[in-house]
Amino acid sequence: MAPLSSGSVFDVAQVEDEAIAPYSSGRPRRRVRWWRGVVLLLAGAYFLIPLYAGLKFSLQGVNGGFSFLAFQKLPSAPGFSAALTLSLKLAVATMVVSTLLMVPTAIYVHVRLPRLRRMMDVVTILPIVIPPIVLIVGVLGAFPEWAKASPYLLSFMYVILAMPFVYRSLDAGLGAIDLKTLTEASRSLGGNWFKTIWRVVLPNIRPALLSATVLTLALVFGEYTMASLDLWTTIPVWITQFQVSSDGHIQVAASMLGLVGTWILLVLVVSLDRSQSRRSRRRQGAS
Amino acid sequence: MSRREAALSSRGAAAPRDERAAPSRWRRALRRLEPALAVSPFLVYTFLGLGIPSLAVIYYAFHGETGGWSTANIAIIWHGDQGIFRTGFVNSIKLGLLSSIIPGVLGVFIAYAIQTSKSPFLQRLTSTASGVLANFGGINLTFMFIATLGSTGILTAWLHAIGINLATIGFNLYTFSGVAVVYMYFQLPLMVLVITPALGGLRASWREAAENLGASAWSYWRHVGIPVLLPSILGGMLLLFGSAFAAYATAESLTLGLIALSPIQIGNFLNGNVIAGETHVGYAIAFGMLVILAVTMTLYSLVRKRASRWLR
Repeated sequence: MAPLSSGSVFDVAQVEDEAIAPYSSGRPRRRVRWWRGVVLLLAGAYFLIPLYAGLKFSLQGVNGGFSFLAFQKLPSAPGFSAALTLSLKLAVATMVVSTLLMVPTAIYVHVRLPRLRRMMDVVTILPIVIPPIVLIVGVLGAFPEWAKASPYLLSFMYVILAMPFVYRSLDAGLGAIDLKTLTEASRSLGGNWFKTIWRVVLPNIRPALLSATVLTLALVFGEYTMASLDLWTTIPVWITQFQVSSDGHIQVAASMLGLVGTWILLVLVVSLDRSQSRRSRRRQGAS
Repeated sequence: MSRREAALSSRGAAAPRDERAAPSRWRRALRRLEPALAVSPFLVYTFLGLGIPSLAVIYYAFHGETGGWSTANIAIIWHGDQGIFRTGFVNSIKLGLLSSIIPGVLGVFIAYAIQTSKSPFLQRLTSTASGVLANFGGINLTFMFIATLGSTGILTAWLHAIGINLATIGFNLYTFSGVAVVYMYFQLPLMVLVITPALGGLRASWREAAENLGASAWSYWRHVGIPVLLPSILGGMLLLFGSAFAAYATAESLTLGLIALSPIQIGNFLNGNVIAGETHVGYAIAFGMLVILAVTMTLYSLVRKRASRWLR
């Protein structure tokens, strides 16, 4: 067992305790600003230094100078393109299945079975409670050989892993529009259900749809547990395996690319959610 | 679920009438079935993807290799192999506690610092950054931290320059302490995300009332702030515990599978590092994790109920 020793976590904790002490003793408000500065500075340092280190390491040339060499070598590194292709295929399959499964279900529950929303909330949160490592043991133990032979078993499970994010995003999107009025209006104008969903509901929840898709994409490109234990070399698995062979800089470059890519995707999601909530607020203000 | 069953049984009730009825009866039966039909793809999918694997874990955990019910696998966890599996659970729980209590407490301070800053820019930046960073598990984090706190890492070099040698104070990125530091990178933002709404529920009028009654800042926190927030803080910590307890990718890639944590031990079983006669122990470990997570989530929902009493 590893010693539970005083890592830098404890140092940070100590410094912050000292910073907080003046406030707790109830001195003037001026001091409050001071501890806030210290807390935010330390938090900023904790989150930014590793990012800086990762970027610096991946942009470091052989002789210590600045270079894009690691990024340039990445596409031609052995196995990279195969891993990228596999990850892309899995991502597309996951997004398609997830959309086809979750969108109609979420819309139907919202329009016709609001009583089921509680149950949906509980069921869709389960993939967060049951961790991937436990799920993959069960999958590899119970599923038939033909299913385990296909990489798309991963897509099948990724739909489950993405479910909490996808459902919540769709649920929020559907809650933000006046679904009842929209569907009733469309129905009374003679639209059938398919037309109503395709031409009326979907355009109205586009931000939610997009953010669900983007979250799924980020998940597939970051998932390591299931892919590595199911023995498929997706991008994250490739990065860890590359370690043994040679250039550490390429490895860090690949994961920085992954991080920055995920970062951009997730920032996109957050801003989409925000535009959606602004829209719904405007709607509520108008009515 | 019960709705679906009710709808399904309504088919049985409608069936005999169909024989003597016009096609419109069929349509009506179909109508009644519609909710079940509409939700069934989702329910079937989740049963296949969540139900079957979970049931398989429980089934194999209590079955020996020769078949038949047995508690041998559980017994091996408790006693067998010099207790390495029990150590795995103890370490995982320790890691879970360490990376829920420390980020839990620090997260409250960070969230409070942001909340009271009255700077919309800072608040928006934090909420975006937290939303992003809380999803930052996985192996990319590993390599970022190797570049930071590994033996040739940048922070290691900086600290060395000011006379702090990480190795001599007992810190090693590739062991328990390192895993805990790395986990904090997504645990801290998660706590900020979880606790910010609760902090928003602390009403200014409570503080003013306390001050009018002569309370110091300390006694305000002691008698009002902390008691109101405590259920939310505990709830957040329980979430963090669950996420650290069950995480696999970061610990595995950081320690190359050499750390005794339950998720890693399950991974080792799947990778074929199995002693003969113990092939089902992996399922038993997974079952143990399920039990611990079920307890955690039960506590979480209890605490949540309590938290919503004041914060609306």
